Amino acid sequence: MINHNSITQKVERSLKKRYLKEKLFKAMGFASVSVAFLFLLILVSDITIKALPAFVQTQITLEIELNTEKLGINQNSTTVEIKQADFRASIRDALRKQFPDVKKRTQKKDLYSLVSIGAEYQLRDLVLENRAYLGTTKKLSFIADDDVDALVKGVIDRKVEESARRIKNFKLGLIEDLEKNGQIEKTFNWSFFSNGDSREPEIAGIKGAVMGSLYTLLVTLLMTFPVAVAAAIYLEEFAPKNRMVDFIEININNLAAVPSIVFGLLGLAVFINFFELPRSAPIVGGIVLSLMTLPTIIIASRSAIKAVPPSLREAALGLGASKMQTVFHHVFPAALPGILTGTIIGMAQALGETAPLLMIGMVAFIVDIPQSVADPATVLPIQVYLWADSPERGFLEKTSAAILVLICFLIAMNAIAIYLRKKFEKKW
Amino acid sequence: MSNQTDKATLASMHADHGTTVGQPFCDNAKLSTRNVDVYYADNQAIHDVSLDIGRNEVIALIGPSGCGKSTYLRCLNRMNDTIDICKVTGQLLLDGQNIYAKNQDPVLLRARVGMVFQKPNPFPKSIYDNVAYGPRIHGLTSNKAELDDLVEESLIKAGLFKEVKDRLEAPGTGLSGGQQQRLCIARTIAVQPEVILMDEPASALDPIATAIIEELISELRKNYTIVIVTHSMQQAARVSQRTAYFHLGKLIEVGETNQIFTNPKHELTEKYITGRFG
Repeated sequence: MINHNSITQKVERSLKKRYLKEKLFKAMGFASVSVAFLFLLILVSDITIKALPAFVQTQITLEIELNTEKLGINQNSTTVEIKQADFRASIRDALRKQFPDVKKRTQKKDLYSLVSIGAEYQLRDLVLENRAYLGTTKKLSFIADDDVDALVKGVIDRKVEESARRIKNFKLGLIEDLEKNGQIEKTFNWSFFSNGDSREPEIAGIKGAVMGSLYTLLVTLLMTFPVAVAAAIYLEEFAPKNRMVDFIEININNLAAVPSIVFGLLGLAVFINFFELPRSAPIVGGIVLSLMTLPTIIIASRSAIKAVPPSLREAALGLGASKMQTVFHHVFPAALPGILTGTIIGMAQALGETAPLLMIGMVAFIVDIPQSVADPATVLPIQVYLWADSPERGFLEKTSAAILVLICFLIAMNAIAIYLRKKFEKKW
Repeated sequence: MSNQTDKATLASMHADHGTTVGQPFCDNAKLSTRNVDVYYADNQAIHDVSLDIGRNEVIALIGPSGCGKSTYLRCLNRMNDTIDICKVTGQLLLDGQNIYAKNQDPVLLRARVGMVFQKPNPFPKSIYDNVAYGPRIHGLTSNKAELDDLVEESLIKAGLFKEVKDRLEAPGTGLSGGQQQRLCIARTIAVQPEVILMDEPASALDPIATAIIEELISELRKNYTIVIVTHSMQQAARVSQRTAYFHLGKLIEVGETNQIFTNPKHELTEKYITGRFG
């Protein structure tokens, strides 16, 4: 006879233990998710807080006399002539006019260093755009020097005694005079998004690195996606099952585990030294990164293709579709969402990659914004590295801002991928 | 315990009756197969099956699970080609042409021998595109109007047109199970094959949907030769003219459906039909 009562008791006893285990597991899972989220929050908020000042810029308004005789140009001058004119003198004249008491050489140096050395180019560009300014006197705003910027933003404390302060009393007096006159104002730092890199933090911008990353990723995507998808489809659908294919498969998996700097060395040896492609260029960076991301996308695409139900293949084959038609009409579209997910993981990995690009010279200091894939460029993570390495205080906030831009770039890329995935993911 | 002895006696019985009883052959056969052996790697799934399938007849293949009836069915349009380890030997002729000949293109063969699967498997496309896919890849129609007509005709033949005529652009996967299976049948007949293979086409459907499919099969018989694998003996009795009984990879008995179900000649057939194993 089976004693049903005793069995019920046994089950009841074990139930408690089972539920306890479940509770424990849930609690642990929740705790780990919480910890991860907390750290993410700390990281992002820390970076954001540090980055915010970088989006604000201090500007100094000066009354500039654009004297045609002193500048040696007039409204009919050619662009080249205007470009060669000495706009620095005009700015210095304006500063001296405002502070006529400043006579000593060292004091003059302090006076001139109120505005950024980029101010003269700012003025030059303004004149090039509005030639009618020549011969008139205009109130114009110029980017302040990074020290002035730091003082206005409160990074440099005015109350600290002079010897410990980066801006000495004399210069502080000049700044406070300008503030009293309402000639100093804080504006949104648009130039951060339109300038290339610079040694001067106040005029350094992210656009060069953004364009560099864009070009590099474009090359990576164009090189990797077709090759990886073709390889995945071939290996999954067409390749015979033999040792050779097994060997290739093992090697693709191994390739995914190769340290990224090794790909950099390969790029240096093969593409730059042997094929003599340009140094520091997104084309080489893109090729190197595509070698690196290839295995990731192949592996993801293969599993996406493998996950397509065999019934779909049978349906097409049963109707008399050829192998190729079956794959491209049915299997590939069904696997596309998964392939895109794999691709975006690979591209995100490529976007954040630094080491292999160091090897091919993308770590160089490049002021110009790249105009094509063959121009020297740097990329966002390397820009972060370069700025973090710079001694000027102003680069501290720029570093955080660059990280923020990198994160936004990543989010934008993911958003596009999710949109594409949703578009191809037919829910029927 | 008793089960095991049963199996043992069955196996010995089996060994005694190596050859098929009944009438496996017929004149002017659409499909004619002789001495077919199928191996999965070293495992022999089908032993020496010889069977003719007549024109415009419905032949039902019955037998317990794993008896090889589906495997045999899939030989007839070379669907087994997709399985690497599968090897087929023997002679299989479609209108006298060797199905497994080197110069026989499997793609062409499958256009002539269509297949309906156990689980409805419409493409994740619209109802219209599901039916139009076959004619499109084979280039059966020359313009949109012809294609429209062909799709409509196929859906009418499959008894689905009335239900879907207002939503041809709706996804095929949004239909009910029975409708999906009829859509798959419509898709198959849109290619206008000569033979339709059906692998347990109603096993995933409820009795009402099954009845509709069975009616449809009787209707299709006028134009097509149909080979249907089924687990349901009632279904075999209802739709087929001839029935073939498979057991452990061998063809045990073939005959008129009436005769098989009322007066089976072989002991194994009788045991299966009377429900003593299966």
